[in-house]
Amino acid sequence: MAMATVTYDKASRIYPGTERPAVDSLDLEISDGEFLVLVGPSGCGKSTSLRMLAGLEDVDKGAIFVGDRDVTHVQPKDRDIAMVFQSYALYPHMTVADNMGFALKIAKVDKATIRERVEAAAKILDLTEYLDRKPKALSGGQRQRVAMGRAIVRQPQVFLMDEPLSNLDAKLRVQTRTQIAALQRRLGTTTVYVTHDQVEALTMGDRIAVLKDGVLQQVGTPREMYDTPQNVFVAGFIGSPAMNLSTFRVEDGYALIGDSKIQLRRDTVANMTEADGGDVILGFRPESLDRVAPNTPGAFPVEVNVVEELGSDAFVYGTIPTPLATASKNVVGGSGDGIVRVDPRDVPAKGDTIWVTIREGEQHVFSSATQERISTHVVKTDASRSLAG
Amino acid sequence: MPGPPLLHAPGTMRGVPGRPRYAGAMPHITGAADPGLMELPWDIPLSAWPEDVIAALPRGLSRHVVRFVRHGGNVLAVKETNREIAYREFQMLRELERLEAPCVHAVAVVTQRRTPMGEELSAALVTEHLAFSLPYRALFSTALRKGTLNRLIDALSVLLVRLHLTGFYWGDVSLSNALFRRDASEFSAYLVDAETGDLHEALTDGQRSYDLEIATTNIIGEILDLQANEDLDEGIDPFKIGERLESKYSKLWAALTATETFDANIPLRVAERVRALNEMGFDVGELDMLSTPDGQGLRIRPKVVDAGFHSRRLMRLTGLDVQENQARRLLNDLDEFRLVHPEIGEDEAFGAHAWLTSIFEPTVRAVPRELRGKLEPAQVFHEVLDHRWYLAESAGEDVPMPVATASYVKNVLPLRPDERAVLGRSLAEMTAELPALTDEVGTEFEARDPFENDNTYAWGEVPVPETSEPPQVRRQSTRIPAPERSPLTGQVAAQAQARATAEDDEDDASEESGF
Repeated sequence: MAMATVTYDKASRIYPGTERPAVDSLDLEISDGEFLVLVGPSGCGKSTSLRMLAGLEDVDKGAIFVGDRDVTHVQPKDRDIAMVFQSYALYPHMTVADNMGFALKIAKVDKATIRERVEAAAKILDLTEYLDRKPKALSGGQRQRVAMGRAIVRQPQVFLMDEPLSNLDAKLRVQTRTQIAALQRRLGTTTVYVTHDQVEALTMGDRIAVLKDGVLQQVGTPREMYDTPQNVFVAGFIGSPAMNLSTFRVEDGYALIGDSKIQLRRDTVANMTEADGGDVILGFRPESLDRVAPNTPGAFPVEVNVVEELGSDAFVYGTIPTPLATASKNVVGGSGDGIVRVDPRDVPAKGDTIWVTIREGEQHVFSSATQERISTHVVKTDASRSLAG
Repeated sequence: MPGPPLLHAPGTMRGVPGRPRYAGAMPHITGAADPGLMELPWDIPLSAWPEDVIAALPRGLSRHVVRFVRHGGNVLAVKETNREIAYREFQMLRELERLEAPCVHAVAVVTQRRTPMGEELSAALVTEHLAFSLPYRALFSTALRKGTLNRLIDALSVLLVRLHLTGFYWGDVSLSNALFRRDASEFSAYLVDAETGDLHEALTDGQRSYDLEIATTNIIGEILDLQANEDLDEGIDPFKIGERLESKYSKLWAALTATETFDANIPLRVAERVRALNEMGFDVGELDMLSTPDGQGLRIRPKVVDAGFHSRRLMRLTGLDVQENQARRLLNDLDEFRLVHPEIGEDEAFGAHAWLTSIFEPTVRAVPRELRGKLEPAQVFHEVLDHRWYLAESAGEDVPMPVATASYVKNVLPLRPDERAVLGRSLAEMTAELPALTDEVGTEFEARDPFENDNTYAWGEVPVPETSEPPQVRRQSTRIPAPERSPLTGQVAAQAQARATAEDDEDDASEESGF
């Protein structure tokens, strides 16, 4: 089989009557067999990008290739691409095998080949023993898999999935998420997957592409996205709970949080420009904070508003007390709000003040002028070790 | 010390003795200006709603729990789904309705549903069940006529073209996701499930062709499913039906949107194009006209076309709000009436009023109250016209409208099923997760031979015509009813049927269906 790479070559979609492109000069290469997740907030252009690949949206500038083939102006059905729906209706009076294979009959595939492909798909989907039974005999999860089977038997070069889990309840969503990711790895078919949910992106994708306002922000493995976000948007978007991000004044190589001083790395400070006006945007993840005694160097106070206990973790949602917080201008997350991961066996009470420091090497620093990353090192936290990449 | 305060005054659900109303938390209802909706038992899962509120209606296949609920004089369809999808679909349906697309009316979204134990329940989307509409499964039966299937496909292709013209990408076109209403000898299709759809400024060719591909696949699947359950003759080729949808759609789309270039007799040609679109039931709202580069010719392309040309004209003349093919039929009769009575018919509005009061209204009022749930008034009128044609054919002479009406009401209508809100029998079946409907309700919907049990020569009880002579109607301009209703018998009928089937198979560009 030909290499099913997918290439967006400066591809743009500009809706008639609008000025700003819905997708702006997207450059993206997806390698053969890769699971790529397009993620971003609503209106970022992720679905439009997917539909451009599917042939549902026109490509107004640039081109799209599947393998070496320019598909920019090819009709959807001739692209050898399958949109996968989780919501296929199953036909109650047809066997599972017929439910999976009937669409091949439309494509005039001969009976023997259909049976062969259906059996192969059933094996992968763990449905072999149900092939000659009716959907009624299946559990909800198995029905989901029959729906997947309908796309699999077509053996397309690329699978496309647009928020396929959005109409499932929370429990089934997590289950199906794992199944889809495992299935894709077994099939080895190039897959482009769209979601607004960054947790879904982090757990499913080989690589993640983050979009905002139609512009690709960064593409990389889940770990790369988590450890070295290239700008403030990606830093704030990837990770849950979100990274703490605020603007601080820098003096003598220290970021000032009220009366407290946080030392910055020398190479980071060297990357600041005149346009930054002496300010940086400092980011630190909730798990990058240690609780310390109040007089520890670099420590700053957080007043506890809410504590969220999640079994193995607990998070404090707090405020940096006002006289200190006014000295900093916040970029993300409201005025002076911060999230701190704490030991679930030692949880502070609401109204308490805790003192924290940022762990050595776990600061993300961004230019206050361009919002681009200026710290040069890779930030490893406890949470990043569990991510793929 | 008095006892603890009563936190809520428990009411009683009708038919569920002692069951407190709102035992769970109050649900949040958006959209409906109808406090009565609060009365429904939102604190129990839809699949467990008590029988007394459920109306057992046939339905298509659905991936959600969908049930029909009696509410006041109406029947509502309630679908459980998640909150975001429910809101999105609600807004989509409201927007489509505003754009005058044929779809169901969205009534409300219900959220914050909880059981009395505090357990969260799915959000629900409430839509109004279209009166006199039929899901396709109700129209199929052990002996489905191929003509019916073809007419459903034709109706669906018109619906798809109309939705595409408004910029709606459906994403899951199927017979299950539409409802059908009788429309003279045709059907009209309505969208019922907009969950997968998107509204765009205009659709790309890719979106249209993909929507059509999904439609073809889904419909073939649905037909194969009917055949697997022996609800449909094996002789029908699902793949041909799929092709029919595609060709019907493509022809209509081309007719409505194609660019034509004329270089001579331009005003006439433009008028012809507009008239051709009107004939198909579309108004031309805007026409793009552009001179060819040599300045000799004119390129025209309809820019805005609106369905409902005939129904709007009928509405304007008579105030009757009916479907397109019914309107076409009624307008034919109205125009004939005006020709026969030039003294009142010369003025269009005056003639229309006279026709309404002396022909249409007496006909539909002749239907006794207990039979009024059978068919819509306009459909009754259409069938009476058909019936009169058969009577006249047998009698060899014209039959006055009152006579035809009386014969129809006596001999035909009582045998028709009630279609206002199609009721089945088995509640268990209606609540089955994967519904299989046709056994119980299906056979009731087989189109009956309207001439069955009709004895043309036994009119003794039919009232004699009134003193004023009823209009003499010229038959040739009235649509000839579908061949399968032919009053022929035995061998001859079989031949006629075979002929009709053969014709159906042909590319029926000449068919006067007008879509």
